[in-house]
Amino acid sequence: MKEKGSVMEKEKETQSQEAKLIPVYIMGKRYEVPEGLTIMGAMEYAGYQLKRGCGCREGFCGACATVYRTADDYKIKTGLACQTVVEPNMYLAQIPFFPANKAVYDVDKLEPSISTFQELYPETFRCVSCNTCTKACPQDIEVMDYIQAIIRGDIAQAADLSFDCIMCGLCAARCPAEIVQYNVALLARRLYGKYLVKKSEYLEKRFKEILEHKYDKEIEELMHMDRESLKKKYYARDIEKM
Amino acid sequence: MYPEFMKESLKLIEKTRPERLKIALSGEKVFTPMTDAERKEVLTKFHPDYKQDARREIRVGPNRGEHITSEVADLLESHSRINPDDFNLSKVDYDTDILVIGGGGAGAAAALLARENGAKVIIATKLRLGDSNSMMSQGGVQAAVNPNDSPAIHYLDAMGGGHFDNKPDLVRALTMDASGVIKWLEELGVIFDRDSNGNLMSKLGGGTSRKRMLSARDYTGAAIMRVLRDEVKNHPEDIQVIEFSPAVELLMDEAGQAAGSILYNLETEEYIIVRAKSTIIATGGFGRLHIKEFATTNHYGATADGLILGYKAGVNLLYMDSVQYHPTGATYPEQILGFLITEKVRGLGAQPVNRLGELFVFPLEPRDVEAASFIRECTGRKKGITTSAGRMGIWLDSPIIELINGEGTIQKQLPAMYRQFNRFDIDITKEPMLVFPTLHYQNGGLEINDKGETKIPNLYVAGEVSGGVHGRNRLMGNSVLDYSVFGRRAGINAALNAKKVKLGKFTLSHVKEYEKELQEAGIHTDRIAPVLLPDYTPPEVRARQFTARYEGTLR
Repeated sequence: MKEKGSVMEKEKETQSQEAKLIPVYIMGKRYEVPEGLTIMGAMEYAGYQLKRGCGCREGFCGACATVYRTADDYKIKTGLACQTVVEPNMYLAQIPFFPANKAVYDVDKLEPSISTFQELYPETFRCVSCNTCTKACPQDIEVMDYIQAIIRGDIAQAADLSFDCIMCGLCAARCPAEIVQYNVALLARRLYGKYLVKKSEYLEKRFKEILEHKYDKEIEELMHMDRESLKKKYYARDIEKM
Repeated sequence: MYPEFMKESLKLIEKTRPERLKIALSGEKVFTPMTDAERKEVLTKFHPDYKQDARREIRVGPNRGEHITSEVADLLESHSRINPDDFNLSKVDYDTDILVIGGGGAGAAAALLARENGAKVIIATKLRLGDSNSMMSQGGVQAAVNPNDSPAIHYLDAMGGGHFDNKPDLVRALTMDASGVIKWLEELGVIFDRDSNGNLMSKLGGGTSRKRMLSARDYTGAAIMRVLRDEVKNHPEDIQVIEFSPAVELLMDEAGQAAGSILYNLETEEYIIVRAKSTIIATGGFGRLHIKEFATTNHYGATADGLILGYKAGVNLLYMDSVQYHPTGATYPEQILGFLITEKVRGLGAQPVNRLGELFVFPLEPRDVEAASFIRECTGRKKGITTSAGRMGIWLDSPIIELINGEGTIQKQLPAMYRQFNRFDIDITKEPMLVFPTLHYQNGGLEINDKGETKIPNLYVAGEVSGGVHGRNRLMGNSVLDYSVFGRRAGINAALNAKKVKLGKFTLSHVKEYEKELQEAGIHTDRIAPVLLPDYTPPEVRARQFTARYEGTLR
């Protein structure tokens, strides 16, 4: 194993030779980094070894949610450090942890109705419709709209609108009503998935067949087939059409 | 936005698209699948596993003398992070029924099922609960639930995909548990894609002979992991989660049984002793070892930590000579290099084509065959595209998805892919994606049986860190299934085991013996394992860190 993460280093080496260096401010300190890097890449280039605030590095886990500011703009912007490319004179930061509230519940005992939200997340109903959450979302989810859907009792719509949520927490960090939108949305999706979707007949049937040992013998035969016979069977199998 | 010099090739893609669409709509295969001999040829000539220095002999431990992936051999021939003599093992910090090492899909599933079976659980994880490759899986999970499908057909597909090296009892568990796993996830509240009748939508995957890939848009892993994480957090009285605390060695007792682990608090830099009646290793894979210097789809924490822990304790490895490269990693733009482009893109009909807009391979061969064909098209036949950063790639024609399935399909079924490329001004509904194989999955790992047990008493393994389920090549959608099936099985059996275990006096003598073995093999190295985090500090910065102390890659 190459101990220095050779691929990334090579990239950085090539970049430092070829790419133009631009100034950025990490936690207020000035560094010069190659243009084209992401915020995460810029911090590592500067010499940070990330422990918190770094996860899947592909925009799926929400670990690297961050705030930044660009030159000549008073606004605090939000994004994922692994997905946002640096600009000259950008102010970069890290939000390693946000102590958000999560309700503890027994999902088997909940009702898929508005009263569940009133009980577990009463602050949801304090939403002032300012839309700051939506503006903060790096996934471009209509966060305020799904909160409003929950307030109306439309769990299906809330589940649909919030589906692509990666639970990075930027909505909650910016909310003046102290709502933890991403946890409220997860509750909505779990209620929808458990209680409100139409169940699959095929799945129920197959599950029952397995319990009744319908396939035991066939699998057992395959398990004891010699390699060549199994191979033959495999290459002769029909493939379902697209 | 693609650079000017790629425009000519992009025009050729558009030119050949109507003809390719016609074949796709006819229902015929767009390219003839390979025979056994053809597969063998492209693999041996072009798959990175067959390069001369891809494998080397491992000189210590249970697999001594075997040839395994060179980077893994390096990892296993490394010193411990700790000196066993520093530890007073008579004083434990935590005492529990079950210790789960790793907070991804397998770990969370194991913890939940162990709890259901009456155990108190600690999950120790290196980063946050849920930070894992499980969270990143996009395209789907295999489960044979359709009437034209069966666990037996799934079994055959998985065996063929794995080159018939899979352990039969593990594949039986995988395929027979599948419908139960989907039901379990549904009851926890995971939302799967379904049709108007409520039946689960299914797609073909590489190497699957039936439409068996169930999905949750292209956030399948996230949809599942979010719920599992939430459910773990709903049981604080039974499941304690210790984050940012990776395991660095297993703890044994004098009878040679596993007895817990030594954790390392990444922030306070303290070591913590956890005593457990059953220990479950669920630490995931090895993508961040950047094997053969490939970019990877894997999570920051994917450094094969559990592999070395289990190996040192005496568990043997299976198939650590094979590495999975996902055929479709992004190769342009540079910022998303190596990112996963889910197989669901091809499941929906996208076709791989070369620079001239020609089809050159059946789009849904098993991953190793598909990946090797892409490499052949670029290096062997010189019909790929080279980016300005000097990287090779072939086109994955995504706009054809909308022509086959109707406008809006991509935004509806592949929102993550659309979003990813849109951030860099590429609209994949109108332009193809440039792709090249990327380091994706650890096919092999620690050997288990169908209960998740290892040959060491009280020690269980589940998920990507285990070996045998997938033989030498995993099929798409079988990893999400793997971590669910074997996470659950390990959790149940570990909990049953915990009820009868009697632990003796603790020892770290296995760590000392391993060090001795390294010495006797004449291995002199400053490598330390587990590495815990990859080190991306540039050498010029490192050269100026005069007073910094590195333990391996970790500062």
